[in-house]
Amino acid sequence: MTRRSLKLALLGTTLMATTAYAEDVTLTIESWRNDDLTLWQDQIIPAFEAKHPGIKINFTPSAPAEYNAVLNSKLDAGSAGDLITCRPFDASLALYEAGHLTDLSGVEAMGNFSDVAKSAWQTDDGSASFCVPMASVIHGFIYNKDAFAELGIEAPTTEDEFFAALDKIREDGTYVPMAMGTNDQWEAATMGYNNIGPNYWKGEEGRQALIAGEQKLTDEAWTAPYATLARWGEYLGDGYEAQTYPDSQNIFTLGRAAIYPAGSWEISGFNAQADFEMGAFKPPVQNAGDTCYISDHTDIGIGMNAATEHPEAAETFLAWVASPEFAEIFGNALPGFFPLSDTPVDLQDPLAKEFVGWRGECESTIRSTYQILSRGTPNLENDTWGASVAAIKGTSTPAELGAELQEGLASWYAPHQ
Amino acid sequence: MNRPRIRWHIVVFLAPAVLVYTAVMIFPLFNTLRLALFTEVDQTRVFVGLQNFRTLFFDPIWSEQFWNALGNNFWFFLIHMLVQNPIGIALAALLSHPRLRFAALYRSAIFIPTILSFVIVGFAWKLILSPIWGIAPSMLDAIGLKSLFAPWLGKEEYALTTLALISVWQFVGIPMMLIYAALLTIPEEILEAGEIDGITGASAFWKIKLPLILPSIGIISILTFVGNFNAFDLIYASQGALAGPDFSTDILGTFMYRTFFGFQLQLGDPHMGSAIAGAMFAIILVGVCIYLFGIQTRMRRYQL
Repeated sequence: MTRRSLKLALLGTTLMATTAYAEDVTLTIESWRNDDLTLWQDQIIPAFEAKHPGIKINFTPSAPAEYNAVLNSKLDAGSAGDLITCRPFDASLALYEAGHLTDLSGVEAMGNFSDVAKSAWQTDDGSASFCVPMASVIHGFIYNKDAFAELGIEAPTTEDEFFAALDKIREDGTYVPMAMGTNDQWEAATMGYNNIGPNYWKGEEGRQALIAGEQKLTDEAWTAPYATLARWGEYLGDGYEAQTYPDSQNIFTLGRAAIYPAGSWEISGFNAQADFEMGAFKPPVQNAGDTCYISDHTDIGIGMNAATEHPEAAETFLAWVASPEFAEIFGNALPGFFPLSDTPVDLQDPLAKEFVGWRGECESTIRSTYQILSRGTPNLENDTWGASVAAIKGTSTPAELGAELQEGLASWYAPHQ
Repeated sequence: MNRPRIRWHIVVFLAPAVLVYTAVMIFPLFNTLRLALFTEVDQTRVFVGLQNFRTLFFDPIWSEQFWNALGNNFWFFLIHMLVQNPIGIALAALLSHPRLRFAALYRSAIFIPTILSFVIVGFAWKLILSPIWGIAPSMLDAIGLKSLFAPWLGKEEYALTTLALISVWQFVGIPMMLIYAALLTIPEEILEAGEIDGITGASAFWKIKLPLILPSIGIISILTFVGNFNAFDLIYASQGALAGPDFSTDILGTFMYRTFFGFQLQLGDPHMGSAIAGAMFAIILVGVCIYLFGIQTRMRRYQL
């Protein structure tokens, strides 16, 4: 008898405890931005939780290089978080097609974004949008203003000025002219090829023509950036072949290098690390007065796991992410990630302002390999990493690289066959 | 009448191990092999027989990667056989010398890297060899050999050998321990008998000890073979899934991982990944069979 009542009592307390907790919904966010953990915890999440009591947010990032693999496994196993940070284009499209992401076209707040902003997270026919666009990143070069002043160099605008500046820095010998390594490979493609490339293939014009099959990777516009990259090798530090991405970041923020080929996502990290003044210049054009093109890459979106147990709460959060309030907090909390919503956001950070200012002067495009072209095997994006490294090291000529990439692309992509 | 009783206790005692082993090893193994016979078309799994293997071995894009990874894997194995095992045997011979002082200290010091995680080993060596912060360039500089330094992990021609030597550094303790144990089992009487016949010092090692430890060397070789063809961790920890530079350190394990789980914009393909895993399994199986039936059965054993 006593034993049974004890059981009942235990059961009763368990039930009460569950009901007490059920009022608070906890949403877990999957992300690759482990650098932003503190910003989410200190600024973004408190701002949301203050407005929406009853919903708790848990930001659980994993390492960027492993994110896609980890996320796919988690989704297949049913253990992924409620909200999914979306990589642009095919990685997320595949998730949507596999039924892992919810169609958000009906969400009212999606009206705050332009079609271009939404394009990275739509089906090919544009009928369904599955992620709320969060931010884009802009490519360019960050430089050490103190070093430039010391050596009497102005921020270069043309390629001749760019290489003249590099020569001057190298002759002086105090600084490594440019901080980049080829060990991790992706910097060479992302901060090298896709940074300077749009000036050669004229941004969207060339990118769309490549997708349509009107231009080929063996064309001058697509191989010339490799020829320019080949000249970079001599300005990178000693042993750049084994220099990793964190090595490059550290060399620059320790003040040992003058120029850092960058993406704007570096800004917040660099602001915290570097104790010298930094400036930025956009990818130099070939001749003074040429139209400039910048890579303004739609990089982060956020969507809802179709298997979430709390779809209403998740939708509340997504609607908040689409609001101008979030854009304001996010844009300023993470300088270098530029909100994509139509409402203009006032940025405080001077370096971020410099980057975002180029949107007015130059034509924007996105990275050439991301839309459609990396759908097959061999994967054009991954091949571009290898090709960019080979160009910098001088192990292959630009023409060879173009031919190789074209052959790979043509092997599976109909418009190029 | 005297029908033998079923010995239930044997079944009962074996059951936990058999069940656990089946659940975590045998079932996944066969399921992976089964997965290799399918492919995915429009979100549905379709049976395609050996098509994935045909793609892997004969499609130029896949086969180039596969043979590159297999070739690298053989080189990785060769370095271990030529460097790790002879050094392990030599160390064991030195350690078993009765007049060596501090033998226990050396033994533990050499064995310790074996218990370290791959991630620690990969990261530590990456830092040691780093052209920027590493101690290797400054140490070479101190003895005037700076010109010999190269960013080894970043050069196509050296990276794989460098990684193989790092792996040798980590695992040399294992052959050393096994051989050391084998050397200890050799009875003193045999060595003393040899001494009376005039076989001492180095020739005692070559003529008496080495033939007696040959079976252990065989076991070590096969362990090295299986370990190397399943290797993945060190390459992934130090060079990433693309096994750079330019796939020069790509071995079957990293190739399988990249294919199975995908990488960056490349989406994972569990079916091709399973085909690679199946090929790895076959290679290891063939290697082990060659050893078991071709070598071990012919090896001469001595009654001690």
